[in-house]
Amino acid sequence: MPHDHHDHDHFHHEGMSPSGHPYRTDNDGPLTYWQRMEIAVRELLLEKGHLTPTEIAAQIEAMDARSPANGAAVVARAWVDPDFKTRLLADASAASREMGFDIGPLHLIAVENTAQTHNLIVCTLCSCYPRNLLGLPPDWYKTREYRSRAVREPRAVLREFGLDLPDDVTVRVHDSTADMRYIVLPARPEGTEGLDEAQLASLVTRDSMIGTGLPRQP
Amino acid sequence: MAERVRVKALTPPGHVRAPWYLRGKVGVIERPLGAFRNPEQLAYGLPAEEKPLFRVRFSMRDIWGEAAENPDDTLDAELYAHWLEKVDHHAS
Repeated sequence: MPHDHHDHDHFHHEGMSPSGHPYRTDNDGPLTYWQRMEIAVRELLLEKGHLTPTEIAAQIEAMDARSPANGAAVVARAWVDPDFKTRLLADASAASREMGFDIGPLHLIAVENTAQTHNLIVCTLCSCYPRNLLGLPPDWYKTREYRSRAVREPRAVLREFGLDLPDDVTVRVHDSTADMRYIVLPARPEGTEGLDEAQLASLVTRDSMIGTGLPRQP
Repeated sequence: MAERVRVKALTPPGHVRAPWYLRGKVGVIERPLGAFRNPEQLAYGLPAEEKPLFRVRFSMRDIWGEAAENPDDTLDAELYAHWLEKVDHHAS
């Protein structure tokens, strides 16, 4: 047994690695109920021939490939094409599909920031987020702190993100409590008249589409 | 005039998607969203009937009262019709 030996033969890594970093704990704890459930269902689907490992890997890759760049492209199109913006605000799912984004069954609503209105998205009940368009949510979006404070003191939260809104701007918080998902259409920054659609998209940050930030200045 | 509704102040057991902080609060219908399968049944793998869903807009004043950070800011949430009751304009 490794533990029967004296210290310099010790089986476990302790302290720092030779490169000076702490050893990371391995993930060999017991499986949770839901992890066992996922493995059981996945293996049944494979054994019964409903799915192949290649299909599962391809779907994981497709989910990982979704990023805020997709949403940024939608925002930039709305900035340069007023008719597209009208369609986006009327039906953001259809407008996203029109641009070629496969967003699955996502029911998307776009909310527009103006000189008088700032929108902020939250899901107080869990972590609803337009993943099919923007990819995975940031970790803070799922925290109890953000979820509880965004509906109670949104202006204080926004100040912590570096956004100090004047009193004459109305804050509209959107709690994704059921089947809709939300994307903020931020206002187009000043001084961007000469930029093309791709350059504009590069100014659109993830946070500006959640409402916790503004687009970059060119 | 926008239709005023109150979120029912119920506390049923189990999975519901009407947030606690909105129970008993009055808002206005922002837009109808169509019908969606009832999450209160879906959550348990039960056959779920479609229920009308609405976006309801509340003022921060109406949710938090004196404690509101800015009374005229708003909060929109999606609520199923069976969680909403019409507010009688003649009642105080």
